[in-house]
Amino acid sequence: MCLAIPGKVIEIDSNKEHATVDYGDGTKRKVNISLVDVGVGKYVLVHAGFAIEVLNEKEAKETLDLFREMLSQEDK
Amino acid sequence: MFSLKDKKLAEEIVSNIKKANVNLKFMHVCGTHQDTLVKNGLDSLLKKCGIEIGQGPGCPVCVTTQKEIEEMLVLARSGKVVTSFGDMLSVPGEKSSLRSMKEEGCDIRTVYGIEDAVNIAKENPDKEIVFMAVGFETTAPSTAAVILNKPPKNFSILCCHRTIPEALKAIIEMGEIKIDGLIEPGHVSTIIGTKPYEFLSKDYKVPQVVAGFEPIDILMGCWMLVKQIKSGEASVQNEYTRAVHTEGNVKANRIIDEVFEPTDIKWRGFPVIKSSGLKLKSKYQEYDARIKFENILSEIKDREFHEPKGCRCGELLRGLITPFECPLFGKICTPQNPVGPCMVSIEGSCNIEYRYADRR
Repeated sequence: MCLAIPGKVIEIDSNKEHATVDYGDGTKRKVNISLVDVGVGKYVLVHAGFAIEVLNEKEAKETLDLFREMLSQEDK
Repeated sequence: MFSLKDKKLAEEIVSNIKKANVNLKFMHVCGTHQDTLVKNGLDSLLKKCGIEIGQGPGCPVCVTTQKEIEEMLVLARSGKVVTSFGDMLSVPGEKSSLRSMKEEGCDIRTVYGIEDAVNIAKENPDKEIVFMAVGFETTAPSTAAVILNKPPKNFSILCCHRTIPEALKAIIEMGEIKIDGLIEPGHVSTIIGTKPYEFLSKDYKVPQVVAGFEPIDILMGCWMLVKQIKSGEASVQNEYTRAVHTEGNVKANRIIDEVFEPTDIKWRGFPVIKSSGLKLKSKYQEYDARIKFENILSEIKDREFHEPKGCRCGELLRGLITPFECPLFGKICTPQNPVGPCMVSIEGSCNIEYRYADRR
């Protein structure tokens, strides 16, 4: 139920309420984007047909580095 | 990009936890966390490191009460078109389930989300469509958005939304189990942010970490909890920064507040938990199935419904037992023939344990 899947916004409808989201495995779905401010090319977390958040690509790229840094501090 | 994997780093985190030499009990409240834990054998691995981790009341289908299920069954029997997430259909009521009533000819339809239910209402203006609005804060904004969009008059919801922080408070106050730390649910937190958990650390000195759903997220979450405990701290930390902001999704919270008000509600296995439910505000009551169909629902209004005989879902949801401690598990109660909701829902501990049994 609280499962949410990341996908890329590839097209926004003219009504700005829905967008086509590509989940990267060949699946594309219409998703309601009224809960987020998002543009084409961005990644969203989708739950029960609604985008609930725009994913932070910078944070995602840096998360593992941050973990490594936290662990290295521990070793000191 | 959002699937984080680094085996060496994961091993390093585990080694750090092991070195800390602890004996702790953590709780999480999310079926997806439980899935990651069991699927990857992390719960067994963490146990060897001195951390026992288990699922509390973190499965919306599982905590929905027998009474709420009976309400849907009554509405289906009276000829309403009942729409629901698929998991809900197989949860046994007193004598039948939505699935068995569908087989008997009632109009019960599985939907992916609330918008599908609204579309059914638009396509069937001569029928009454009721959506069973189950789910925590992750799901509540979609219900709120639809209600604000003025759905057709033949659409209504049976509101069963519940909120997590109040349930956590209840489980801590009940004092039945030791909780040294809480792993908070990533996608509930996507909506509410980290602030609504702060009172738990402040008032009950419980360390908390909001965590994502990759194995490395959960391991890191556990290690962050261990670090807090070792240093005598109790605060809310966020491990899942790629999807969770401190403030959460402000827009989603605003519409939840616009459409709903908190209400006292019973959770399966728990007594009534104060302010832990969401109820439609009176200005939206035309969409409230409990008001719209008050006459039909009056036949069960004062009735009490009990858990299925022998079912220990209640104790499981309070974190008191594991599925293996229920004598029905895997014998009488299976996903094909479930006795309780924890075996029905893909987020229920019993279903997850049954599904990955070959990995144990």
